[in-house]
Amino acid sequence: MTQSLLHQILDYANRANPYPIYEQLRKTPVHHDDGGPYVISTYYEIRSLLHDPRISSDARNLASTAGDPLAEPAQEEESALPPGFLRLDPPEHDRLRRMTNRPFGPPHSPHRVDGMRGELHDIVSGLVDGIGDPGRIDLVEQFSYPFPVTVICRLLGVPREDESRFHTWADTIAASLDPDPDADPTERGKGANDARMQLGMYLAGLIEERRKNPGDDMLSQLATAKGEDGSMTTMELLSTAALLLIAGHETTVNLITNGMLTLLRHPDVLQRLREDPRLAVPVVEELLRFEPPVQLVPQRTTLADIEVRGVTIPKGASLWLVLASGNRDPQRFEDPDRFDPDRPDNQHLGLGSGIHSCFGAPLARLEAQFALAELARRLENPRLLEDPPPYRQNAVLRGPRHLHISCDGIRP
Amino acid sequence: MLGDGSLERLKREGRIVVVGASLAGLRAAETLRAEGFAGSLTLIGDEPHEPYDRPPLSKQVLLGRAAADRTALPRLRSVDATWRLGVPATGLDMAAGRVRLADDDEVPYDRLLIATGVRARAWPREAEAELDGVFVLRTRDDSAALARRLEEGPKRVLVIGAGFTGSEIASACRERGLAVTVAERGAAPLVGALGGVVGAVAAEMQREHGVDLRCGVMVTALEGDASGRVRAAHLSDGSTVETDVVIVSLGAIRNTEWLAGSGLGAGPRGIACDAGCRAFDIRGIVTDDIYAAGDVARSPHPLFGYQFLSLEHWGNAASQARIAAHNMISESTDRIPHMEVPAFWSSQFGVNIKSVGVPSLGTEVLISQGALRDHRFIGVYGYQGRVIGAVAFDQARWLPFYQELIETTAAFPPPFPTVDRCSDGQRPLDADFPDPSVPTHGPTVTLGGYSPADRRMTFTPAH
Ligand SMILES: Cc1cc2nc3c(=O)[nH]c(=O)nc-3n(C[C@H](O)[C@H](O)[C@H](O)COP(=O)(O)OP(=O)(O)OC[C@H]3O[C@@H](n4cnc5c(N)ncnc54)[C@H](O)[C@@H]3O)c2cc1C
Ligand code: HEM
Repeated sequence: MTQSLLHQILDYANRANPYPIYEQLRKTPVHHDDGGPYVISTYYEIRSLLHDPRISSDARNLASTAGDPLAEPAQEEESALPPGFLRLDPPEHDRLRRMTNRPFGPPHSPHRVDGMRGELHDIVSGLVDGIGDPGRIDLVEQFSYPFPVTVICRLLGVPREDESRFHTWADTIAASLDPDPDADPTERGKGANDARMQLGMYLAGLIEERRKNPGDDMLSQLATAKGEDGSMTTMELLSTAALLLIAGHETTVNLITNGMLTLLRHPDVLQRLREDPRLAVPVVEELLRFEPPVQLVPQRTTLADIEVRGVTIPKGASLWLVLASGNRDPQRFEDPDRFDPDRPDNQHLGLGSGIHSCFGAPLARLEAQFALAELARRLENPRLLEDPPPYRQNAVLRGPRHLHISCDGIRP
Repeated sequence: MLGDGSLERLKREGRIVVVGASLAGLRAAETLRAEGFAGSLTLIGDEPHEPYDRPPLSKQVLLGRAAADRTALPRLRSVDATWRLGVPATGLDMAAGRVRLADDDEVPYDRLLIATGVRARAWPREAEAELDGVFVLRTRDDSAALARRLEEGPKRVLVIGAGFTGSEIASACRERGLAVTVAERGAAPLVGALGGVVGAVAAEMQREHGVDLRCGVMVTALEGDASGRVRAAHLSDGSTVETDVVIVSLGAIRNTEWLAGSGLGAGPRGIACDAGCRAFDIRGIVTDDIYAAGDVARSPHPLFGYQFLSLEHWGNAASQARIAAHNMISESTDRIPHMEVPAFWSSQFGVNIKSVGVPSLGTEVLISQGALRDHRFIGVYGYQGRVIGAVAFDQARWLPFYQELIETTAAFPPPFPTVDRCSDGQRPLDADFPDPSVPTHGPTVTLGGYSPADRRMTFTPAH
């Protein structure tokens, strides 16, 4: 009996290289096994669904979650935060995203991300300085993992002395998103809930404090904003802060780790990057296409019966949009399985598209560019100790659990 | 031309002349070189400047955020060409294959691309148009002069005509804190392009930003003081507006006069060309060696029943130019048709407006997402039971979906629910376009019937 394609995607045995399954999948651009989600795998279909106003990101519009192995159980605890704008439709989505953007990006804050360059550089070089034994480095533990949490802390304005607590909560929450089949699920769930709760309480306290003594960090500005959209409630603020932390953590970790892995598999590109750090820009774009940290977007549903490529998807159905497969669609990308930073017109789906397209994109890009350029410059003759590396369980936020490398030394 | 090597010869040592050195001319020249044209290339432009970008002229430049002389178009590649800037073309000899220039020089061509665009319609009373303080806005020099005058802090600015350009100018003036009056003959701003329902939103935006908006009136006369400076404008309702700056924004005139008598199918509605950008002669027969692109061209569009469509849209000029250039140096089987769905954007009063398709052809409009009162919505336009256009106010990310509806001639009104459907979107409304026989100020899309010959042109109205 062959396993259904859906289960092959989720099967851990395929984590290191899911791309042949996606290729199979694309033969049926709208794939549906009885009762399961509708899986969309071709570039143009994914792109148009991401712009389709008949598609909702709000789980309340799902007819049923039975049959969708990635559906999240409804949160029942009273302490649960309302969903962040990732899981909301307009107009609420637009309102919250606009308000969050006010202190983050143009037109109101065109310099926020750019202004973090110096800080990003310092964090990155600090992490590389601290690597220690060049003979055996776990790039995930020692570099990729701590980096984005530190960045979010600085962005939100978490005081330095609290950063380590923040890291602990983020780790616990991230681990719960990556079920280890050997661990006890109830224990893990409880740990994550505790972490969420403590994080929530910590942030609530910080928000109170910032309301009284606002700085120019994002949390202060969000807490004190009085724009055309009014201001956020404390609950909205909490879920937005949590969203920024969660959406910007594992994703960035994986982009950097996948990035280094891919560069080590393509030494010619690594060499070019070492010689010219500006190459980091197209390298990161191509990575977002070639090894996207968000492999698929599972939380979408139809508000009406819709037809895609001759298949009628009924109202309330759950959809998976397999971004990583669309990124390898030969109808859109020439020679799609080749890693080629010189690719022209690289409009990948790695950061989504449409109204939910990645909010943190400018920051995520900059983080990855700094990280990879610095690693390329400073690691002397780096080599993979294990290929493929061990992966995390998670099929959606896919990336190595460890990336063991060695090098001859670390340049100053 | 097939197989006899003449195309190869053209590509190797032919002579291509481009008249009009702006967006369309530049993009065509770049494409010719990128596609391997190695012969001689001449660009003729009557403006003394290298190709520059016009959209910022009514936006960033008037706000003082960009200098008018810093608007050069980005070059997509280097172009080896002879530039004849500052010299207008004055005539065309189709039989001899020559373009005549104002300095009496003649430039021979094997292939000619005409990309002379449009110019601003001047205030019709010449003496009044020449008063100091009366402006039009089409060129870099216009914009620089106007920006300078705005810098001096005039007491009031009068904008005549509330099309896209007029509205953007009014917006920039308000952002600079200047008092602004806008006089519009139609019932609302943008009414010619977007209809009365959406025009009412544009009117609200203007008023909320402190514009003294007067619709349904015409400016009948401009009055100067003894020193020849404009001091007031008289309106058809009997009122007078005291003002020291007047911007005439009454739409555009196609630059085709220089082709009069040449035998080419060129006239006030532009140059008729086929979907492959080849120009027609006045008999309605397509030429082999003359092409047209950009604002000056009008060509049959498959989505609109192959009626001739002329567009004053940036994106159209860029893509039509690329296609014209490609087709000029290709075998007939390798030519590609120009049939992009029209798209246009504007930014005014803090709102990003974007449209796809041809809203002005619609008779009905459905507010499918968002709400008119929030100035944040999508309007879908329907014509004879199909979707023909859409406009987004601060909702542009959804437009690719509506573009697909237009391309697939989807049914109107769209029968499905969408996110963010409000009470405005329960049923279609009369789009409320003005009577097409009464010209509004500068529609940026004109549908020109089926005949390539201008003199027999029958206007097929939107209604
Ligand atoms: C103020 C302003 C704002 C705009 N904003 C937008 C916007 O937001 N969005 C949008 O989509 N579009 C906008 N447009 C329209 C857009 O700029 C035009 O569609 C585009 O410039 C068309 O390019 P073109 O090359 O066809 O014509 P043009 O740019 O008009 O260029 C034609 C050139 O040919 C020259 N010429 C004319 N006659 C002769 C002759 N006999 N000999 C030699 N040269 C000649 C002209 O002087 C000119 O330099 C705007 C236009 C203006 C003026
Ligand atoms: C490399 C790193 C990243 C990748 C690959 C990535 C990818 C994505 C993708 C694919 C989406 C779309 C989800 C959907 O359509 O439902 C998304 C949304 C989002 N991302 Fe990212 N992201 C990254 C980094 C970040 C960072 C650093 C932040 C925060 C600072 C962030 C914040 C968000 C938010 C808030 C959303 C929701 C947007 C919305 O619903 O409007 N992301 N991201």
